Amino acid sequence: MAGGGGGTGTGSGSGPGPGPAEQDVEPAAPERVLFPPTFSVSEIKNKQRRHFMFLRWKQQQRKEKLALKKKRRKEREALGDKAPPKAIPKTIENQRIYDETTVDPNDEEVAFDIATDEFAPYFNRQTVPKILITTSDRPRGRTVRFCEQLSTVIPNSHVYYRRGLALKRIIPQCIARDFTDLIVINEDRKIPNGLVLSHLPDGPTAHFRMSSVRLRKEIKRKGKAPTEHVPEVILNNFTTRLGHSIGRMFASLFPHDPQFIGRQVATFHNQRDYIFFRFHRYIFKSEKKVGIQELGPRFTLKLRSLQKGTFDSKFGEYEWIHK
Amino acid sequence: MHSDDIVWDTLGNKQFCSYKIRTKTQSFCRNEYNLTGLCNRSSCPLANSQYATIREEKGRCYLYMKTIERAPFPRRLWERVLLSKNYEKALEEIDENLIYWPRFIRHKCKQRFTKITQYLIRIRKLTLKRQRKIVPLSRKIERREKRREEKALIAAQLDNAIEKELLERLKQDTYGDIYNFPIHAFDKALQQQDAESESESDMEKEDDDEDKDKREFVEADDSDLSDFEDMDKLETSSEEEQEDEEETEKKATHCKSKGKTPLKGPTRRKRPYIEIEYEEETEPATKTKVS
Repeated sequence: MAGGGGGTGTGSGSGPGPGPAEQDVEPAAPERVLFPPTFSVSEIKNKQRRHFMFLRWKQQQRKEKLALKKKRRKEREALGDKAPPKAIPKTIENQRIYDETTVDPNDEEVAFDIATDEFAPYFNRQTVPKILITTSDRPRGRTVRFCEQLSTVIPNSHVYYRRGLALKRIIPQCIARDFTDLIVINEDRKIPNGLVLSHLPDGPTAHFRMSSVRLRKEIKRKGKAPTEHVPEVILNNFTTRLGHSIGRMFASLFPHDPQFIGRQVATFHNQRDYIFFRFHRYIFKSEKKVGIQELGPRFTLKLRSLQKGTFDSKFGEYEWIHK
Repeated sequence: MHSDDIVWDTLGNKQFCSYKIRTKTQSFCRNEYNLTGLCNRSSCPLANSQYATIREEKGRCYLYMKTIERAPFPRRLWERVLLSKNYEKALEEIDENLIYWPRFIRHKCKQRFTKITQYLIRIRKLTLKRQRKIVPLSRKIERREKRREEKALIAAQLDNAIEKELLERLKQDTYGDIYNFPIHAFDKALQQQDAESESESDMEKEDDDEDKDKREFVEADDSDLSDFEDMDKLETSSEEEQEDEEETEKKATHCKSKGKTPLKGPTRRKRPYIEIEYEEETEPATKTKVS
């Protein structure tokens, strides 16, 4: 009957008058409000009543869902051991198709590549990383401070401000002064939003979009300033070929031998193509527990393009571009 | 000429002029033939039948002139003269063309011409430098990327991942001698007696504790050894009975002073050795001699 009342309300365009009347009727049978299957809330012309009916419908849906859950839980308890295993929720990580370009450390080709690519000198300990950090033209306060903090995080790095110099002319000078890497932080509307990482003696150039940059003072519960010790590096989830080369790029920024006394660790964690950078200080409270405290800036990177040679926007040969 | 006054009286001052823009302090004239850009009696191209301007097209400057004789012929109203590229020559040309014209118009024409050449020079200089490329952001894509980043951050569970990795590294002995945790130190003690003696010499202050430990040790297998950091064996024996945390906390504070290497997991199997410790009651005696 209550459902019938709702049905006749359709198309009548009635005002709030019949509405309260129906309300009085329906609470009389609160649990058993049944909407007839042909009834659709969207057919009521009156907005107030339509809204009211929709809320009512939603409540009912929720109740049914809850009842279903309870029933299932009871069944599960009743079965005890024989109960079917709990369903694992599907996540993107579970459902991902296996990527053929995943790096297999035993693969010959990969091993050959590793031995002969541009980072081989670094990994053979022939070169010591020396980083030059710079920005785009006329950096604003936030970018400047970010550059300073970044240079405290990465050992052996120098910040130079670009006063209208062309990158193409900076690069030969850097190579002449033995710099191994160049980082350019691009700024837009007073916040840093891009990062170009270029390995210098004609190494690959990676262009990233940078987001959620947090300076040290914006981090909650942060520790003291990062010391001069060489931090450890953690690279997570760089599994595919592309990821592997990017991971090696990041690794080559830091000197080879971390000073464990400093207890600092820089993490590059790749998740769904977003690379999260964090800088922590850790302390082992026991052999099963470790405490970490975040110091240093944090930011997120997303790779936009990987170029084969050094930075050259017009004639560069692109290995990979994000579509 | 008298029509100029009428035009100014109506358009300029009192009624609507579509080229006029008023701001709080000033009014401007949007007419493309205006010489100064302001809305004045002497600058209005509509209210002056004898008028001249300088306009620039594709990098070349032209002098435009309007005289009252051509007022009824709108198509031929403005006469255009190309000025030379040379600045001084062009100024002379302006003077020559506007020879008997009012001083105001001549002066303003030359000023405008100067300004135009200056900005043309600047354009040419800037195009040689690097141009900043302006890339449009698609709002939909930006929103999508932001949302995905948030979800990726939640899925990443960074703190857990980092902690796990660090513990892995600890297990695999990458930290070498720095950290000293009970089980590992215990194994070290088992493997090298020398290391133990060295650590004992380090821990001279804890001799009394050692004695106490031994005493308790002999009396009953008590677990009140939490305060003592010295003997590995004794500590590991208390481990069995107690939780590690109190000891290891204190150990962590002294971790750098100790010279024992942490060892791997399988050392757990060496727990029975603790019982062997029970047998070696004579050792404490020897150790007291050493210390």
